[in-house]
Amino acid sequence: MAGTPLADRILAFESATGRLRAEAGFSLFDLNRVFLARGFCAPVAPGTQFITLGGMVAADVHGKNHHRDGCFGRHVTRLRMRVGDGTIVECSPEHECDLFRATLGGMGLTGHILEVECRLMPIPSPWIWRESERIADIDRFIEALKEAGPRWPYTMGWIDCLSRGRGLGRGILMRGRWAERAEAPSDPPRPRRRPAIPFVFPGWVISRASVRAFNSLYYHRHRTGVKRGIVHPESFLYPLDVIRHWNRMYGPRGFTQYQCVLPDTAGHGAARRFLELLTSRGGASMLCVIKDCGDEGPGLLSFPLKGISIALDIPIRDDTQSLVDALNELVIAEGGRIYLAKDAFTRPDHFRAMEPRLPEWTRIRRHWDPQGQLRSAQSVRILGDRP
Amino acid sequence: MKVAVLGATKGMGRALARRMAQRGDAVALLGRDRGDLERSARDLEVRGGARVGIAICDLERPETFAPALEAAEMALGGLDTVVVTAGLFAAQDRLEADPELARRLLLVDFTNTVAFCEEARRRLLARGGGTLCVFSSVAGERGRKPVVLYGAAKAGLTRYLEGLDHRFRAAGLRTVCVKPGFVRTSMTDGLPTPPFAGEPEGVARRVLRAIDAGTPVVYAPAAWRGIMLLIRLLPRFVMRRVGF
Repeated sequence: MAGTPLADRILAFESATGRLRAEAGFSLFDLNRVFLARGFCAPVAPGTQFITLGGMVAADVHGKNHHRDGCFGRHVTRLRMRVGDGTIVECSPEHECDLFRATLGGMGLTGHILEVECRLMPIPSPWIWRESERIADIDRFIEALKEAGPRWPYTMGWIDCLSRGRGLGRGILMRGRWAERAEAPSDPPRPRRRPAIPFVFPGWVISRASVRAFNSLYYHRHRTGVKRGIVHPESFLYPLDVIRHWNRMYGPRGFTQYQCVLPDTAGHGAARRFLELLTSRGGASMLCVIKDCGDEGPGLLSFPLKGISIALDIPIRDDTQSLVDALNELVIAEGGRIYLAKDAFTRPDHFRAMEPRLPEWTRIRRHWDPQGQLRSAQSVRILGDRP
Repeated sequence: MKVAVLGATKGMGRALARRMAQRGDAVALLGRDRGDLERSARDLEVRGGARVGIAICDLERPETFAPALEAAEMALGGLDTVVVTAGLFAAQDRLEADPELARRLLLVDFTNTVAFCEEARRRLLARGGGTLCVFSSVAGERGRKPVVLYGAAKAGLTRYLEGLDHRFRAAGLRTVCVKPGFVRTSMTDGLPTPPFAGEPEGVARRVLRAIDAGTPVVYAPAAWRGIMLLIRLLPRFVMRRVGF
């Protein structure tokens, strides 16, 4: 992984069109601070703001509005890159479009992203109108997501993935939109304090019992019926950013994330089958996020496709590899795929089986980097690059 | 505030210039590389909304000092604050192996920085006073193994700024000597990160408060004030043994 936090300058912004050009290390955090109060937001709403424009391109990030606005790549108009042989190349949907498509979701393997030009979205106010609702099981959850999709720009759900039987996939659905000027507070949202987890917790803190207790508490704390109101944009868009270093909760072995998308063509039952497999394997995920995705975007290795995405945070245990293998086998059978930005365990044969677009992407990558100069730990593991 | 910043394209200078531009100060950037200055100026213009002037100024070329400050005064229509964050850094081992680099570092970080400050001082006093804020370093607090040469230059700079404060405060020149501890910037990129390391944004917030208040000495992050107090109290035989 490479970050370029020192290359974080804004190079141009047109308020008439919302077009922004910035160095690739410009962060979403900074973007929100500079542009929300001026009536613009990022075109996608991922789960954290501690990411950079370059990373958003490399992972072709999606968010709570994917069902409506697609991935970040759909809003990128131009990239400036340094490719394998050191030359600087500008690419866009019209110019060097192969390189452009391969870079969206290409995990940084097609070249070093130097500058990103994209369109920001106009918003009526910097506050969010949110509604949340308790949902009793997975089938109703998917229905509720699909129903909210056409009416709400932002939707996502949290699932208690330890409940089984009738309550399998129960959770809380969140819907949101930018508040109209008349309903929003007149002052801009103030930056929030972010307490940090001060040290790495011992490994026993996150156990099956504590995760079960947390999930149950979180579910029951929400009353039945719908809660609605104006909220701070950060508490709706980035609930996990509220606590810094939250990864330390998981103890010295840490955790891994896992995210897959199950296509609508596999039917409603696919998400149920996934959760049944997860609970039967005892995969204790503190956090399980469910989201409906819209159509596949232009990015050649970009993750989402029309269907339901499920994201997990799994504490690392001795059996984590076999759990991920089992989940991946189900995902392959259902015709889905995984999100590379969150993957640390997938085997190369599993990835190839999920990704029919891989040969075309590899051809473009080889064209721009014949010597294979650009590699990562992940590309060594799943693409067979030399270490 | 009408402020000229030497070294605003990177690290702490970049963060400080952003804070100033965002709150509406008029800013002019001085530096070596025109392309880099222009990029930073665009960044500040989008964030702050006001036009940002630039002028070429190189701490290795004293002949650029007066014209650069002149250009900044013209662009800003006056000048009441000058900030210097620029400087040269190299690890002690490298400096010992390369006497030419050591000579350059001493020249830039002490002699030429002082010469630049003298030029800025004359101009500020001619306008009835103002603030001169210069980034020295905690490295100048004590002779230490990893920063023998860099620390010596910064020690000299710290003393110069102290003297300047005593001599000219009554005439209206406020001197602010900033002593950053370890801060994550391009200058410290690649060095092992010690405890209490700071971020440029936090340093900028603290320094801007000191500039507004005219505080003569400011440690940033704040924890380094206590740390350096302890290090100053350590007896010589201890300093000879420890590695920091």
